[in-house]
Amino acid sequence: MTDPVATQIEDKFTYQASSEPGTVDMMVNMGPQHPATHGVFRMELRVDGEQIQDVVPHIGYLHRGSEKLCEHELYSQIITLFDRFDYVSNFNNELVIVSAVEKLMGVEPPPRAELIRIIMCEFNRIASHLLFYGTFAIDMGAITPVLYNFRDREKIQSLFESVSGARMMHNYFRVGGVKEDVKDDFTSRALALCDELERGVDETDKLLTENEIFVERTTGIGVISGEDALDWGLSGPVLRASGVPYDVRVDEPYSRYSELDFGIPVGSAGDCWDRFYLRILEARESLSIIRQAMALLEPGDTMAQIRRIARPPAGEVYAHCENPRGDLGVYIVSDGGERPYRLKVRPPSFCNLQALKDLTVGHYIADAVVILGTLDIVLGEVDR
Amino acid sequence: MTTEGSSNPPAKRREPEVPQAAVALPPEGIALAALLPEALADHGVEVGAAIDEVVCTVPADRLIDVCRLLKDEPSLKFEYLRLLTVVDYVEQVGEFEVVYHLFSLANHHKMVVKTRTAERRPSVPSVTSVWRGADWYEREMHDLFGVTFEGHHNLSPLVLPDDFDGFPGRKSYPLNDYEEW
Repeated sequence: MTDPVATQIEDKFTYQASSEPGTVDMMVNMGPQHPATHGVFRMELRVDGEQIQDVVPHIGYLHRGSEKLCEHELYSQIITLFDRFDYVSNFNNELVIVSAVEKLMGVEPPPRAELIRIIMCEFNRIASHLLFYGTFAIDMGAITPVLYNFRDREKIQSLFESVSGARMMHNYFRVGGVKEDVKDDFTSRALALCDELERGVDETDKLLTENEIFVERTTGIGVISGEDALDWGLSGPVLRASGVPYDVRVDEPYSRYSELDFGIPVGSAGDCWDRFYLRILEARESLSIIRQAMALLEPGDTMAQIRRIARPPAGEVYAHCENPRGDLGVYIVSDGGERPYRLKVRPPSFCNLQALKDLTVGHYIADAVVILGTLDIVLGEVDR
Repeated sequence: MTTEGSSNPPAKRREPEVPQAAVALPPEGIALAALLPEALADHGVEVGAAIDEVVCTVPADRLIDVCRLLKDEPSLKFEYLRLLTVVDYVEQVGEFEVVYHLFSLANHHKMVVKTRTAERRPSVPSVTSVWRGADWYEREMHDLFGVTFEGHHNLSPLVLPDDFDGFPGRKSYPLNDYEEW
């Protein structure tokens, strides 16, 4: 099947070959292996001079059919596949699948396991945001911040390694709890890390937020109104930057988030600067959540008493959690077997990327890179 | 799920001894379930529940009317499409089920809308005119299940290669035993 917009672009080229006077639009291909596309993503830009007239995003280079694969695996095996969707916030992904199966089975994990999950997820949110600050700055030509951010992110990864045994792809959460309890020195390590991260986030804030060049490059670029953002199904920082206070942790509290006191930063302009600064504020809120959760942490079980091979009752369930990129959900149809009958993921990056055309048209090519940077997509999750 | 009645495909498929997930609607869900039959009175809608969500089954020809009503009616105001997906029940009842997960920020309601389409030439109306966010979901589902969304402006392949043959999301498509494209 031919892409009508691509055909349109080809038509433009044939027109260019004729000797008629006047200007014509040019097609610029960006990706699939472009450093600023953060993965294998390609977009066709139709430009008039340097101004973007039309954008055709092409995804699917990383499509592995994971959802189909999930339908052929045991529930405990699916957790490893979820690790590989959004590969920079693995814990958040694991939480979605385990909470969906728990909801279907009516299982409550022990309170200690819930808190360990929250701590891990919030650390992972900070790690993911740190990666965003760095790569986003690189997209605009600022090489320095990423060095600091990777240094801090590596500390989080080491903590994860001490807890789960792996830097990434942890496979640590289980239906009904977590794989094993944290080590004895976890509390002291985590609290010390919180202080270091606080300094790290402050550093990034100082380096970028009020930098004149940075502000010039991001203010008023890629503006989307709250109403449009909702219509496109955007979520996470991209939606909140447009002034819509939608956060799953508050709107439909899961795990033990209702016991914790934290704010939801909301932007007003809905431009690239808002989307960046919101993530700085979010990282600080996450640190506050971690500290509160550490204070609540009490000795106890980390695994509920359930069958080793989960066999949920027949029915269908939709569970979702606030991922660093937005509202990550999973819809499971169970026929009462050991494997789901149908599993479908609601990938936040996939929805956020849809609005790319609305955001970029009318801006310059260099701004398209900035706008794509603030959407903070992970192609492993877009394509699945 | 259990309250959905006998016309529900999974109910036909299941053995009687398979345990069913318990339905426990939250207070908002109960309020919504009470509101819906009246609001959608002349659209042939069946209202049920699945675990904590209100489920409403709509005939495919009334889908757009119902979706528009759900979005525009102030007491409902489902302005957010969370998820659109297709479930393959061809083996059981020869139908595909298209599932829409909706959320209302204003009223804090969530619900599921379902519609069915036959196995041969599966087709349902596109809801892109109601929620623009349905665009890529529908293209993806068209790729994987071969369901046509009538009125969609561009159903070209999104996640699959342009020359891919077959519908890999369907249950009839083998997981391993296929030729490399």
